Amino acid sequence: MDFQVVVLAGGNSKNLTPLVSKELPKPLLPVANCPVLYYVLHQLEQSNLKDLIVVVEGEDAALLVGAWISGTFIDRLHVEIAAVPEDIGTAGALRAISHHLTAKDILVVSGDLVSDVPPGALAATHRRHDAAVTTMLCSIPVSGPSESGSSGGKDKAKKLGRYNIIGLDPSKQFLLHIATEIEKDARISKRILHAVGQMEMRSDLMDAHMYAFKRSVLQEVLDVKDTFQSLKEDVLPYLVRSQLKSEALLNRTPQGEENGNEKVSSQNNQAFISRILANASTPSFHGIYSKNPDGSSSTRKTHKCCVYIASSSSYCVRLNSIQAFMDINRDVTGDADHLLSPNNIIGPSPKLGTKTTVGPNCRLGEGSEMGDKCQVKRSIIGRHCRIGSHVKVVNSVVMNHVTIGDGCIIQGSVICSNVQLQERVELKDCQVGAGFVVTAGSEYKAESLAKKEK
Amino acid sequence: MFGIYLRPSWFGACFTQYALFFSLSFQIHGDFVLIRGDTVSNMSLTQALQEHKDRRKKDANAIMTMVVKQSKPSPITQQSRLGTDELFMAINPVTKQLLYYEDKAEYSKGFISLDKTLIADNPSVILHNDKQDCYIDICSQEVLSLFTDNFDYQHLRRHFVKGLLVDDIMGYKIFTHEIHSSYAARIDNFRSYDTISKDIIQRWTYPFVPDVLCGSSAIKVERQGTYRASDVTLSRSAQLGSFIFIGQGTKIGNDTKISHSVIGERCTIGSNVTIEGSYIWNNVTIEDGCQLRNAIVCDGVILKSGAVLQPGVILSFKVVVGQQFVVPAYSKVSLLQQPTQQDSDEELEYADSTSGTGELRSDKLNGDIAPDLSETASELGTGGVGYIWKVFEGAYDEEWRHSVAPIPTDKLVKLMLDRDEDEELLTQDGNVISASGELKTDSDGNGSEDDDNEDSRDDYVSFEKEVEATFLRAVHENVKVDLAVLEVNALRLSYNMASVDCGGAIFYSMMKLAVESPHNSASELHRNAADIVTTWQKLLKSFLHDIDEEIEVILKFEEMCLESAKDFAALFPQILHLLYDKEILQEDAILRWADEKEGADESDKVFLKRSEKFIQWLREAEEEEEEDE
Repeated sequence: MDFQVVVLAGGNSKNLTPLVSKELPKPLLPVANCPVLYYVLHQLEQSNLKDLIVVVEGEDAALLVGAWISGTFIDRLHVEIAAVPEDIGTAGALRAISHHLTAKDILVVSGDLVSDVPPGALAATHRRHDAAVTTMLCSIPVSGPSESGSSGGKDKAKKLGRYNIIGLDPSKQFLLHIATEIEKDARISKRILHAVGQMEMRSDLMDAHMYAFKRSVLQEVLDVKDTFQSLKEDVLPYLVRSQLKSEALLNRTPQGEENGNEKVSSQNNQAFISRILANASTPSFHGIYSKNPDGSSSTRKTHKCCVYIASSSSYCVRLNSIQAFMDINRDVTGDADHLLSPNNIIGPSPKLGTKTTVGPNCRLGEGSEMGDKCQVKRSIIGRHCRIGSHVKVVNSVVMNHVTIGDGCIIQGSVICSNVQLQERVELKDCQVGAGFVVTAGSEYKAESLAKKEK
Repeated sequence: MFGIYLRPSWFGACFTQYALFFSLSFQIHGDFVLIRGDTVSNMSLTQALQEHKDRRKKDANAIMTMVVKQSKPSPITQQSRLGTDELFMAINPVTKQLLYYEDKAEYSKGFISLDKTLIADNPSVILHNDKQDCYIDICSQEVLSLFTDNFDYQHLRRHFVKGLLVDDIMGYKIFTHEIHSSYAARIDNFRSYDTISKDIIQRWTYPFVPDVLCGSSAIKVERQGTYRASDVTLSRSAQLGSFIFIGQGTKIGNDTKISHSVIGERCTIGSNVTIEGSYIWNNVTIEDGCQLRNAIVCDGVILKSGAVLQPGVILSFKVVVGQQFVVPAYSKVSLLQQPTQQDSDEELEYADSTSGTGELRSDKLNGDIAPDLSETASELGTGGVGYIWKVFEGAYDEEWRHSVAPIPTDKLVKLMLDRDEDEELLTQDGNVISASGELKTDSDGNGSEDDDNEDSRDDYVSFEKEVEATFLRAVHENVKVDLAVLEVNALRLSYNMASVDCGGAIFYSMMKLAVESPHNSASELHRNAADIVTTWQKLLKSFLHDIDEEIEVILKFEEMCLESAKDFAALFPQILHLLYDKEILQEDAILRWADEKEGADESDKVFLKRSEKFIQWLREAEEEEEEDE
């Protein structure tokens, strides 16, 4: 397939402090003991999309990510690592690597997407419609701990976060409207509505940050609109807005058509007008708009903005907040465990003390040791952790090389690598940054603990 | 019980719609079907009625079901084949609830704005540009009472439907019923007259087609959609094209060509006449060599030999067109003088819409006017009788839109080019906005919002004044509270305000009255306020439906204390207490106000501090209550 894949593996994300750090850039954040980037690359490999550019913000992060990829996917994927400056936005990142893009179509995937939707399906949709841009939409994930359903009716009012307002045509193939500002009233272009007749406005779909672009269109837009920062907020809405009056394709007039036009124009004129008068149904709304008043189709250009809607049963979540991190960890070990190929995850069986129980939906990394009478439920424990006796770990994520003293109780928390928890520490809904030491007997609730800035 | 009432179309004048409903409300009990007399339909109401009834059982607020039909407007003229303007509707695809209705869309506005709550409440909304309103409504009795309450509703669609969709206090809902195979359309202009006539001849409205309606054997259908009455006198050399109707007793001369036309009863048509796409009513005489294209010719008209009617001509009753005279395109010709400009719209509507009124008038006026006519007869050539109505400036450009004649192709091409230019402009605008990247939302948003805000502020100020005047009148003339509520409601609707604004404005008027009444000390002022609040609490209360609105009142009061009525500043906690005692403000509202203010600037917290004690007391009371539970 003539597709080039760009994986936008952004560097540090403010929403994820203290989980990410210089030593652990966001793409390498472990989800069920496996860097989050793995999930994207794995899916791409499954779809036979093997020509990749991974864009990382910052040189240091790029080195780390590069090292990991070459270690893991050697001989399986053809990966180039590109480092771009920080905070230039998704469009900026693409602009920076624009000269590397050579294929006819470009697939852009966010590096923090954990999904079982095959990227190949998106690419196929894109090709089928010969679209300028195709975006993947998925149902909005239900966030929050799953058992909170019992907490009663009050939360129901805010059950789902609203992410996008999306307008689709009746066949649900074309994207007609997209708005990210859900707090404002939606303003829908009448011209597009005229062309298509009816538009379905959906607020229960989310832009999954996986796009297929026609390379020529993408490069043109990035060149001309040099202030565009974000793919989602600038480039995509721009393409959707201008789909009936495309400028991106204006200078690529197909040859050959022009000569014939002169002769047939009067004839076309009649045919076209009569078709409008007869109110004949046209195969596609783009068709009628791509015609000139004189019937020729060479100068008026339209481009198509398509969507691929993932089926509601598929799994598709972006790791962009701590809540999402917890949710994904829970789901990947639970409902969506098909995302992981088993051999990658379960290391050599760890050493467990007597009367220690490990419940279902848990992962234990290789070389971790646990003392006596421990309980682990719905949790993930990384490699080479040392866990003392009488420790309880519930709904939590423990990364690598963590030392947990006797009698600790950890609930709903994230413990980053190299953390030391001394005896009888109680943590509930906390995040502990890498290398932090929690003193014996302390209790924390819903706090974020991290080392002071170096 | 279902009652079916026909609404005669010439009730067109707005006021009468209200009057009609008002008078009906004494006669109708239960659901009813509202249909216009100018609607042609063969739909069966059973299913729609059943749907309406079922919905009513589940949801008492579903008070109306509108019938809609698929009809995509032309992409060039943006009007439907019935000549009506485009219509935008938002419908929930699952429940079929109507959420948004915009006819008479502003052409210049390039976008539609949907309220954010509307989208938030409905995960999926379908925005339609391809539906046509059939003007057949199934209504419940509440519709009548709503018309009684809101006496400023004049137009069923523009005021009633929109008012209902915007108003979320009563929670009334409108639903739609889409018909697919049956026919329903309304004649309200010449183009729809033409379109529907053609549909009838092409039998889309079966069983309402000429041969069935006229009974057994009077009219026969022949090949190519030709309807011919039994006793038509037809010359051998006459050429009849497809889709024509010829009524009883009509005589047609030699070499006359007729196609796509309707010719009524007892007409006399001479030789070498060409008639295309025209509607000729009864008792019309057309002499030799006339040419008619896309014209409507009413009863009793005489076309002298060689007269030509260009496309879009309408000849009213008993007009006579002189020999060889060419009636220019889109002219309207009547025996009556053209009415003065002011009420022209209305008059035109009368003349257009039905034969009934027109006939009445011409009969009545015939005798009186006759001598007058001969003087101006030259307007229609030698021997012609009638006046050509002038088209007003500006309206001329639009004349072709609703005419009986098809839109000329050069118009279409011109429109398309115009649209291209428009589009270029619009896209350019879009570019300008988006080119600034990040700033786009700020700069653009701020600009328009400021304007909006200013507008709404102006509106609000004048609204407040009106409310105050109403309130003062109510006080001085001892108007009953119920009536005052009604009046304020009317103001609210005419200014398009929310009930929050009403609460604020009424409270403002009350306090202002208290300040302006003579008083010497703070305690007297307090007494004044207490009196007024006691007397009018019902009025105020009827606009405070929820906590947000109550908070609004507190905020309003704060604002007053700072600006217009500083006398109250010292009394703030007392008045607050008073409002609480009178159950105008709930403790929740006060506490939430206090919570909101907690985070504000120090300067904003002046009144919060003053009423600290009271709030403290409220909080304790609440806690005690909780403990009791």
